[in-house]
Parts: sequence; C-alpha cells; structure tokens
Amino acid sequence: MVSPLRFNLRTSDGLQAETAEVAVTFRNVSVWYGHDLAIRDISLDIPRRQITAIIGPSGCGKSTLLRCINRMNDLIPGARVEGELLYDGINVYAPGIDPVDVRRRVGMVFQKPNPFPKSIYDNVAFGPRVNGIKGNMDEIVERALRQAALWDEVKDKLRESGLALSGGQQQRLCIARALAVEPDVILMDEPASALDPIATLKIEDLMQELKKDYTIIIVTHNMQQAARVSDMTAFLSIDRTVEDQRVGVLVEYSPTEELFTTPRERETEDYISGRFG
Amino acid sequence: MTTPTLSQAPSGELRWRYLQGRVFEALGLLSILVGLIMLALLFYSVARDGLPRLIPCQTSQAFPFLECDFAATWRFLTSFPSRRPEDAGIASALVGSAYMVGLMVIFAFPLGIGAGIYLEEYAPKNWLTSLIQINLANLAGVPSIIYGLLGLQLFVRYLFAITGGRSVLSGALTMALLVMPIIVIATREAIRAVPDELRQASLALGATRWQTIRYHILPYAMPGILTGTILAVARAIGETAPLITIGALTYIAFLPDSLRSSFTVLPIQIFNWVSRPQQGFYQAAAAAILVLLVFLLSMNGLAIYLRNRFERKW
Amino acid sequence: MASQQSELLLTVTSPRPLTTRISFGRKAFEQVIRMILLLCGLVSVVTTIGIIAVLIVETVEFFQQVTLAQFLLDTQWTPVFVDKHFGIWPLITGTLMTSAIALAVSLPLGLMTATYLSEYASQRARAVIKPILEILAGVPTVVYGYFALLFITPLLQRVIPDLAGFNAISPGVVMGIMILPLVASLSEDALHAVPVALREAAYGLGATRYEVTTQVVVPAALSGITASIILAVSRAVGETMIVAVAAGQRPTLTLDPRRPIQTMTAYIVQMSLGDTPVYSLDYQTLFAVGFTLFVITFILNLISDAVVRRYRETY
Repeated sequence: MVSPLRFNLRTSDGLQAETAEVAVTFRNVSVWYGHDLAIRDISLDIPRRQITAIIGPSGCGKSTLLRCINRMNDLIPGARVEGELLYDGINVYAPGIDPVDVRRRVGMVFQKPNPFPKSIYDNVAFGPRVNGIKGNMDEIVERALRQAALWDEVKDKLRESGLALSGGQQQRLCIARALAVEPDVILMDEPASALDPIATLKIEDLMQELKKDYTIIIVTHNMQQAARVSDMTAFLSIDRTVEDQRVGVLVEYSPTEELFTTPRERETEDYISGRFG
Repeated sequence: MTTPTLSQAPSGELRWRYLQGRVFEALGLLSILVGLIMLALLFYSVARDGLPRLIPCQTSQAFPFLECDFAATWRFLTSFPSRRPEDAGIASALVGSAYMVGLMVIFAFPLGIGAGIYLEEYAPKNWLTSLIQINLANLAGVPSIIYGLLGLQLFVRYLFAITGGRSVLSGALTMALLVMPIIVIATREAIRAVPDELRQASLALGATRWQTIRYHILPYAMPGILTGTILAVARAIGETAPLITIGALTYIAFLPDSLRSSFTVLPIQIFNWVSRPQQGFYQAAAAAILVLLVFLLSMNGLAIYLRNRFERKW
Repeated sequence: MASQQSELLLTVTSPRPLTTRISFGRKAFEQVIRMILLLCGLVSVVTTIGIIAVLIVETVEFFQQVTLAQFLLDTQWTPVFVDKHFGIWPLITGTLMTSAIALAVSLPLGLMTATYLSEYASQRARAVIKPILEILAGVPTVVYGYFALLFITPLLQRVIPDLAGFNAISPGVVMGIMILPLVASLSEDALHAVPVALREAAYGLGATRYEVTTQVVVPAALSGITASIILAVSRAVGETMIVAVAAGQRPTLTLDPRRPIQTMTAYIVQMSLGDTPVYSLDYQTLFAVGFTLFVITFILNLISDAVVRRYRETY
C-alpha cells in the first residue's frame, strides 16, 4: 500500500489538486529490536508543510516508525533499521551520516512533557547553545516561545523553573525548545495524550499554526484528533499473517478526509468504526 | 531555513564537540584504571611481604617444582605472639576474633531483626517511628571510634560488674551496637521483598500478625537477613579502632577462656606488629593480613552465594 | 434417598458463632510481642542518647580543669608531657590535612568513575567493574594503613624530597582510594536516577553524549552528588587506623604535609593503648577530643541530609 509521489490535497479553501513537495520518504523500511521484527517494509512519502498523522492500535509500531526519522532508535541497544529513509533526498541511514546532525534538523516532542530541571529560558536556549547557533540568545528564545504560543504566559518569569508550569504549558515549552534549533520537520509522539482537553485543543491549534512553516508528523491513538488536525493519515496495524510476533505494517495511507469517510481497506474501516483497536 | 544541508562529512564544529567528548571519556576510563591499579598494588604489596612468611616455599627439583612448608603455616596460625618475630603467631588473635564476633552476633542478630520487623510490620506513621529511623540513619554516619568511647564508658566502666571491664563481652556488646544498623537495613529490605499476596493469604486464613510473620514472612526473608548478617560479621572482623578504645589489648599470649577475659583480635594484632620497627614483624603483619583477607573474601563469597541461591521467583 | 441426603445436611455441624472476643490470651501475647519488637527498635535511640550523654559528661569534667580559651586558643597539644598544653588545633589541622588530601584524590576520581559507569560503560563492563570497586570498600582500614606505611610512603619518598617516614600525604592518598568507591557508588545512584526522558529530550535536540552528560544529566543529579561529597568528607574525618599507622603520633600545628602529624582519631587510639587511670584528666581528654570529632561529623551529616531534602530534584 504505497501512496503515489504526487498527492491530491484538500486545503482549507476547498478541493485543490496539488502536487505537494515531499519532505520525508520511507522506502521499504523495516526495524528490528534484537531478533524481534517491529515494523516491516514501510514505504510512504510525507508531504512538506502538512500535518501527517500516524494512527493504529497500540503496539503496532507507530512510535518506532516515528523514531526512525530522527534516528532516536539508535539509542536502543539491539535496534536495527533496514531500507532507506530519505530526508531532503538524502538517506539518513547512509554510512557517514551523523545522527546528531539529523536531530538538529528533525525536532521531537514526546508524549509526557519532559522539560529540563532548568529555568524556562535555559530550557529553550539549550538546543541553540549546544548546536553553536549564533545570534542574540534573548531573541532566539523569545521567537521560539512566541511560535509555541507560550510567550505571553511566561515572559515575566523566564528565570523560573520549567517544572513550575502546568502540564499543557510544559508541553508547549517542549515545543518551543524544539523550535529554537530551527528544524524543518517536527515529530510529535502523542503530544497531547497526557494533557487535559483544553490543553489538548491549544496544542492542536498550535499545530495548525506551525504547519505553515514546518512539516509535522504526529503519532496519535486518538482518531478524532487525527481527523481534526491532519492532512494525510497513515494507518498502521498488526500484520494478520504473522502468528506469534507483533509486526507492524502499513495498511493504508491517504488524505485524511478520504481515509475516514471512504477507506479503501476493510481493516481500516474496522479500526475507524471501533470494531477493534 | 538557515541550516546547511545534511552531508556525509561531519562539519568542523561537530568534530570539535566530539573531541571534547572523547577526552572526557578517556578521563573517565583513566579514573577507573587508577582505582583498579591501586587495588592490585595493595594485594601485591601484602602478598610480597606476607606470602613467604605464611607459606614458606622453596624451588625443588622434583615435580611440582615447589616445596612448601605447611608446618610453618600451621605454626603461624597456632602460636601466640612473641617478642621474637620468627616465633610470633596469631592464635590468640584468631580465637579472640571468633569469640568476639560470635558473641556479637548473639546480641546483634535478634535486636537487629526485631527492630527491622517492627519498622516494617508494626510501626505506625508517627513521631516515634520517624525518630527511630532518623537515629538509624545518623548512627550509620558516626565514626566507629566513637562507638568505642561509648563502649568504654558504658560497658567497661559503668557495667563493670557484669562485663568484667575490658573483656571480650564488652567488645562484643560494643560491636553489636555498631553493626546493628546493617542488620536492620538488611531485614527491612528482605521483608519488603516479600510479596504482599503471601501476607494477605495468611491473614485471610485467620492468622494473627505475629503468626504471619513467624511462619510466612520470616522464613521467606531469612536468606536476605542472613546475607546481611554475614556482611555485618565481615565488617566487624575488620574493625580495629573501637576495640582498641574499649581496651582490647595488643599483646595477649593466651586464649580467652571466659566472657570476662581480656582478648585481642586479628586487626589489632596486625596493628601491633606494624607499629614495631623490626622487619620481621612487618612480614608477620602481612601474613596476618593475608589470613584476614582470605576470611573476608570467603565471607563475602558466602553472602553472594546465599543471595543468588535463594533468589526465589514466585 | 432425598431424605437421607437432607439428614446428612442437617448433621453437618453449624460453625461456631462469630464472636468479637478473640481469646484474651492470644491478644495479650500479640501485644507483648509488639512491645518487645518496639524495644528492639528503641535500641537505636538509646544508642544515640548514650553516645551524646557519655561524651558530654566527660567533656564537662574536662572543662572543669581546662578552660575553653585554652582549648581553642593554645597552639600545642601536649597532655602527656610535663609541660601540659591543651590546644585542640594541632589535632584539628592534622585531621584537616589528611582529609583534604583524601578528598583531592577521591572526589575527582570517584565522580569521573561514576559518570563513566553511568553514561558510557556497557552493562557487562559495569557488572565487572562495580564489584571490584566494592572490594576496595571492603578492605579493613588497618590493611590500608599497612599499605600506606610500607608501600606508598617509600614510593613517595623517591619522588618528594624531604618526605618524613610518617607524614600526611601517604595516609591522605590511601584514604582517598578507600573513599573512592563510596563517592562513585553514591554519585552513580544519583546519576542513574535521572529519568531517561530527560536524556531523550536532550538527544532529540541534537546534543552529543558528552553534552547530554555534562549539561543535562550531571546538573540534574546535583543534590545526590553533593550529598555523596559531604558523606565522603565525614568518612575521611572519622577515619582512624590509616592515620594511626602512617601519619605519626606527633601533634603539630603545621600545614606542611610532609611532616608527621596526629589526627583527632589517632590521638584517641594512642591514649587508649596506654594505661590511663579512669578519673584522670588524660582520660577526660579522650572524650573532649571525641566530642569535637562527633560534633564535626554530626554537622556534616546534617548538612548532607538538608542538601538532599532541599534540593531534591523533581523531574
């Protein structure tokens, strides 16, 4: 189930057939943890400056898929990746490519907000400092916090601890932190699942703003969220043909409205209508 | 975006960051090496001086090319200290250590287990419990020689009628106070490891709290408690300062024959010999150290064996 | 058939009626057990009270004969000579010098060891190295004293000019080696307790392992590491046998570590070896010095607890 390189995308002002630029391409990507195959033979193209959602039942490898893009799987001992993952046309798993370099360009926001036990200012400044980004640090911090829609709430308490914020604010702080290094792509692994409904809505609004400048890829187990927020949706599920292993495969990948109203695969329809998951 | 494109050659700036990391890593490795080398040197210096004294060997023509005088070893283990280094032995020290540690366990074992059981099974969350716990934590940080001063005043002086003054009984009591926290901690951890279902099952059958502890929890926790006791014994055998303070003598040429008799222990004997100027005594000290280290190694080995053997999976 | 069955049912004895009165003996027994166990727990409290009482009583006696001014201002400590002086400073500087040297050795080595083990070493390496370091911690201190006097001192004498046979450097260095495992293991626990999520966040921003370790993990574990440092100081100050064997018995007010000195702990040992009559001033000096030692280590332990409690990281 591979999507074509050209898409028809529905934008907010109506149906518009458009050829979108591709930001990230998976080409027959499989991931092993030790002897266990986690996801198999995933191929898809992720469009630039859109929100792509990855949905599916728990344990089907959504996070694994996401973490391939910024090579965070490298941190897990025994993890092995096969296939090609192209970012801007370059395979990030090619020998000689430094994962540290990749992570500078592909930012990540995690499920549970994890600000550093430092001040708000130092949280946002950490990325630029470590990556040697030149410029007025105060401006960089302010810009990132504004982009994350947090500036007004914290501008008077930049020196206070990042942990003193509420859950939703902490998550936006983590987003600001990721934005401060000026990535192209932002990965979000269930960014709102630890937050209350109001904070969740704020994050979703933020995503719509951010997609004007960044490519966003989000993993979510919340189908309604995916339907609300994303432009493209990929549905991953457990391979039915394999008996004793949980292997994740790509079942369907389409524009969101299509996937949720007229899914092509039976399994997609079952999942969406809650028959399993 | 101002970021340069991803390339297959690491940028100069990244290389500098990696260099810093590598220097740091090398320093870390070096630190570990220093520790390991020091340990090796320690064993080497003791073995070099002590082994020839403990097990004198000579090369011989016949297989296995080494002829060792084990009679000399036996003499060392069974002789009393003497003014002449060649005749000196550790008999009184060995027996004194054994006596002292044996007595100590008789006191410390029940007290430590009792306190551990109380804290884990009975203690309510009140000020008294906090007080006990704070005290246990503090006592762990008190230098061992202070325990010696306590023992000197309390056991040697005030309780002279019972202990007989500078006796093996006083020594055992002092050391019991010193090692009690170790046994308490081991007991608490062992009890904490007991699965709650076991406790619930027993209580649900109508057993009282003490019955549950006695018939279910203690047996389950016993290997852990024993391991802790062995570690306490290992600690006590190596202690010198508190026993010198309560008056264990450094020159004892007889075996302690009663609870109230004077005594010495192996570390004090070592200390005594190291303090003498003659070379012969240094070698005797090293030989005694070897005996002590063998003892300690086997105790720790026993503790580890026990811990692994009885690690149950329920 | 049916009637026989119902007869069977009726002959089953009905259970003893539920009563709220468990046998009185059983209840009393449980209470007695509880009391006994509580008394065991109170032994620790009694021990602490005992230590404080014992030290204070004799120290008070001591200060009947020696003024506080003499104790704190005199620069010599010669209680056994004919010309008696009771200034505590020579003993304190002796303790300070050996402890400072011990810390200079154990803190950098211990912290680097902990960092390497926690952030860089493989599981297998850690499983091998940690037990070996524990052995360092388990060696009796009198053995370290032997090592210091008969191996390290001659070694250092070849390198350091004018190094006396008894000095402060050799026991200081050896004490440092002895304390190293303490610092390493406590610091490693603190580093290990930093949640993986924080490390992941830092890696995700494009930081190298070195940067993650030094700029995120170590600062996050700071209170635990500080506590381990203070505990190391306390241990060094209270150490007895290494200095008793290798540092000398000469209380001297000096900052030159190449000369023989005497620490507070070594003094107590020296006096205990002799035959000190109980009601004498000499006997009381034991407790005055002991009390000073106790106060110093007690304060250090309090500070360590306060640091851990106040700056306990919330993640």
